[in-house]
Amino acid sequence: MINENSDIILSVRDLRANVDGTEILKGLNLEVRAGEIHAIMGLNGSGKSTFSKVLAGHPDYEVTGGDIHFKGQDLLELDPHDRATAGIFLAFQYPLEIPGVSNRDFLRVAFNAHRKARGEDEIDVFDFDDLIEEKLDVVKMDASFLDRSVNEGFSGGEKKRNEILQMALLEPALAILDETDSGLDIDALKTVAGGVNQLSTPDNAVVLITHYQRMLDYIVPDYVHVMADGRIITTGGKDLAKELESRGYEWVMKEFRTGVTA
Amino acid sequence: MSASVQSLVSQPYKYGFTTNIEADVIPRGLSEDVVRMISAKKNEPEFMLEFRLRAYRKWLTMAEPTWPNVKYPPVDYQNIIYYSAPKTQAKKLGSLDEVDPTMLETFEKLGIPLSEQKRLANVAVDAIFDSVSIATTYKEKLAESGVIFCSISEALQEHSDLVEKYLGTVVPIGDNYFAALNSAVFSDGSFVYIPKDTQCPMDLSTYFRINNGDSGQFERTLIVAESGSSVTYLEGCTAPMYDSNQLHAAIVELVAMDDASINYSTVQNWFAGDENGKGGIYNFVTKRGLCAGKNSKISWTQVETGSAITWKYPSCVLVGDNSVGEFYSVALTNNMQQADTGTKMVHVGKNTRSTIISKGISAAKSKNSYRGLVKIGPKAEGARNYSQCDSMLIGDTSSANTFPYIQVQNSTAQVEHEASTSKIGEDQLFYFAQRGISPEDAVSMIISGFCRDVFNKLPMEFAAEADKLLALKLENTVG
Repeated sequence: MINENSDIILSVRDLRANVDGTEILKGLNLEVRAGEIHAIMGLNGSGKSTFSKVLAGHPDYEVTGGDIHFKGQDLLELDPHDRATAGIFLAFQYPLEIPGVSNRDFLRVAFNAHRKARGEDEIDVFDFDDLIEEKLDVVKMDASFLDRSVNEGFSGGEKKRNEILQMALLEPALAILDETDSGLDIDALKTVAGGVNQLSTPDNAVVLITHYQRMLDYIVPDYVHVMADGRIITTGGKDLAKELESRGYEWVMKEFRTGVTA
Repeated sequence: MSASVQSLVSQPYKYGFTTNIEADVIPRGLSEDVVRMISAKKNEPEFMLEFRLRAYRKWLTMAEPTWPNVKYPPVDYQNIIYYSAPKTQAKKLGSLDEVDPTMLETFEKLGIPLSEQKRLANVAVDAIFDSVSIATTYKEKLAESGVIFCSISEALQEHSDLVEKYLGTVVPIGDNYFAALNSAVFSDGSFVYIPKDTQCPMDLSTYFRINNGDSGQFERTLIVAESGSSVTYLEGCTAPMYDSNQLHAAIVELVAMDDASINYSTVQNWFAGDENGKGGIYNFVTKRGLCAGKNSKISWTQVETGSAITWKYPSCVLVGDNSVGEFYSVALTNNMQQADTGTKMVHVGKNTRSTIISKGISAAKSKNSYRGLVKIGPKAEGARNYSQCDSMLIGDTSSANTFPYIQVQNSTAQVEHEASTSKIGEDQLFYFAQRGISPEDAVSMIISGFCRDVFNKLPMEFAAEADKLLALKLENTVG
């Protein structure tokens, strides 16, 4: 939902970043306000996932230029776990398995880390169990998931739902969903999208990173950005995604190249 | 990646202090005279001196084993002090009140209060300082149920028939190089005797402290559980930080009769040397339990975090039909530590069962090897073994090895072995971080998850402690 008067949550200016010495992001600009849903689309290798990792502070990515402000704060100064407690949530394309650590403990420790960062007391095991039971409904997950090791032996769809469960619990100001739709069948996709819609409020924002239009049938974006060669080359409304779906990426790239050379 | 993962290492060793105390020390070196001197100092019965001399002569004919996957410069056995005792402890003490307060303070600092008011509820403690036992708590209370718990020196005076009957029956004097050395020069240790049909009313514990920089520690523990009895035993160990290496060569023998059970847990935190591998304890230990009776059970649980070098294979010899042997181990190595540890399960009787769960964690430049033998003898009809050996690497410079040996001489036996190696990677830590969990907390969660199967086997008071100990040891390994 676009509201030009709402607060700016994320402001990215001329962002440049390297992986292993190769420049992947080459001057990316983006502004996200509260209440908005943004989709970032683009071909493989355009830098979409790199952008999400840079926002979350992955240590393999080196920022070489530009700046990122999150709710007015210089994000690049924060450690990854401080970015998370400040309100940045990344739903992973490939959620990691953590053998021996139960989902319940993992979620509780994460939740308490967020509370601690806000200066609140940690909540105990019993209160946490009540809270997490409620959240399970958002992604239609069974309570038995909580007692399994984090993502261990989960199907692709279960892993993605587990990501959205974490998002439901941590209530981030900015959720970045990195190809959350990949590997999902249509039912799982609907569940995941339904969860995201339920969690979307006028106070938070969502950035969806995706190849395909199909996720956007269920989570309707306010803006669609196309990324190529480490930059956002064009921005439109939800219809842009439809056009990309029918015409492919080539025409945008072409227009962009003509624009650049002109 | 490795640089940041490594940077979490090197939590200062908080037990590294030295107690200044006047000691009764014999000259360096080992000879038949030294063996006689030790025996004389302890006023031992004749059989003990002969036992020691036989062991010494055997030792002279043996060579230090070279098969373990560890490297260290040769040990100069003539440069070790084989007996060091606090002077104030020379005479026999009537009660704890007579123990040198410096000594009580030392143990209190180590978290093992011995005084009447402060001592641990429900755990009886035998405290061993260098070569001698300085105090045993709850002795009278245990005696009410007929349980004998005292230092082995005292047992040699007061229960010498029992010691003579069992000492060396599980680990013979010539069993291996270090066992022979220990049999010749052991200075003290604990003795436990649980009479028939008795459940030991409280957990028993021995705490070993090496204080003298030049002395070795050679202790000897003997636990006998008569038919239908049971006991839970825990040992802990620490040492000051010295630049030189100190030798610790202990023997533990366990005997379980029909339907008896012994649970033996170790939390080993000897000084491990500094990050460059200077100093630290050489922990060359022989531990073995004999399930002599039918339906008997011996369970070893160990959390090994200290020592520069660990060479240790707590084992079970399953002679009684239906007897059960268990080995649950967490071995953590950091910096330049080297561990070659595991177990032997020797199935002799029918329907004997054994379980091996080994978790090795290696960080920095350390080397961690699991070495285990499962042997099923020709008469062990229906014997079963399950082994699981998991290794976890932290960073890129540590190494983990698994050397399982399986010998089966009975076709009805079932032996299963599973092994895995995993690694705490930057991506896993990033996942935790992205959920707001700091790298320190993430590592400790991953490690306790990895070790859960073993920690669950520790007595409750110590499980939490072991968890904390590992977290401390790994602090700054990642970050």
